[in-house]
Amino acid sequence: MIVIIDYGIGNPRSINNMLHKIDVESIISANSADIANAEKLILPGVGSFDAGMMNLEKMGILKILNEKVMREKTPILGICLGMQLFAKKSEEGVRAGLGWINANVIRFSFVNTLSNFKIPHMSWNTVNIQKNSELFQGIEDPRFYFVHSYHVKCENEEDILCNTTYGCEFHAAVKKDNVIGVQFHPEKSHKFGMKFLKNFSGLKKE
Amino acid sequence: MNIRTIPVLLLKEFGLVKTTKFKKPKYLGDPINIIKIFNDKEVDELILLDINATKKNTPPQYELIAEIASECFMPLCYGGGIRNLDTIKTILSLGVEKIAINSYAIENPQFIGIASEYVGSQTIVVSIDVKKNLLGKYEVYTKNGTQSAKLDPVTFAIQVEELGAGEIFLNSIDRDGTMKGYDVNLISKISRSVSIPVIACGGAGKLNDFSEAVKTGGASAVAAGSFFVFHGPHRAVLINVPSNKELTDIYSK
Repeated sequence: MIVIIDYGIGNPRSINNMLHKIDVESIISANSADIANAEKLILPGVGSFDAGMMNLEKMGILKILNEKVMREKTPILGICLGMQLFAKKSEEGVRAGLGWINANVIRFSFVNTLSNFKIPHMSWNTVNIQKNSELFQGIEDPRFYFVHSYHVKCENEEDILCNTTYGCEFHAAVKKDNVIGVQFHPEKSHKFGMKFLKNFSGLKKE
Repeated sequence: MNIRTIPVLLLKEFGLVKTTKFKKPKYLGDPINIIKIFNDKEVDELILLDINATKKNTPPQYELIAEIASECFMPLCYGGGIRNLDTIKTILSLGVEKIAINSYAIENPQFIGIASEYVGSQTIVVSIDVKKNLLGKYEVYTKNGTQSAKLDPVTFAIQVEELGAGEIFLNSIDRDGTMKGYDVNLISKISRSVSIPVIACGGAGKLNDFSEAVKTGGASAVAAGSFFVFHGPHRAVLINVPSNKELTDIYSK
């Protein structure tokens, strides 16, 4: 059972819709007991960094999340803001992130480029795989939907699964042991996202 | 750059329709069936507008929207009858990503700020309907194209960007349903004046119209109705979506 963490920010229903479509069992919950029993976790997120951290705190689920992810090594997938919260800190806010990935979150900056790249980045993009991972297995010509103004910058190159270019190159997916983050929205990326989520649902504990 | 190509579907009561110059709605079919086809064709995004909601002052059809959202594995934008935050929250909770605001953005522009603050500006699309007056000057229209708002579209576009709109959905009433090509001059005026993405709509009849709106007009995304649902001179209803390759080729030409 996958638990989609419902922390008042983001689109848990869209993720649930897609998991349902591909016959993966999931529930939307913010209940500590549900999280404790989860085989896998998904942290969605559309919104701002500080609001995201504040809500996790307010709902009293930071402790159980740390326990599940850091000690039990339960696979967790962070989507968009969810991924950014895995970092140490963000230019978007003042609060500390979860710090599960050795990375910071930075804002797109195109001051030195001549072309008019609009922010937020909002489009379908292909990805360049940097590291083989079962998460991208069986996805032909992967293409995903992105909408974001900030992106994650890893300190350890080995944590990068794939990159995308929008004005500059940035990480589309990262993975540090059981902690996986994607900047794109698999739940809104047709068959590419379905296959990706199916692969995630099939991951074994490391 | 990757351009989004977006079918726009108009909901009238329980069916989908397509208008010409915002009039003469022609019935296309059942929304769920048609949206399933667009989903299977892997379109970039979908815009669904309830053209009766404001006119009849009815709330959005939540059950239908939920059913549609559960079939949409791409971003979905809903518009029609949006006048308060609770409605926005309810629609987003059904699995919809974006909210288009039209008449109420004109009636109460401050609401754009309130809404985008609350749900994030990337979620709020301000839909601007434009028509040329007898002197050939562009004017913003409201209430489904029936009333002039006596606003200049460029001034209004700049205002909604400042208030926090994440995107502008720009619709030419004169071109709607005509399939005679976009009003590139209008698109260019607006997209040069704002830094948020402009989705061009109204008039697409062939693939080249899309690239024209992007290259000459500067649109960030292109939307169309008739192009995707009609076939042949007699406008037979037939869903047709160009492949991703065809679209990529046309934009990179």
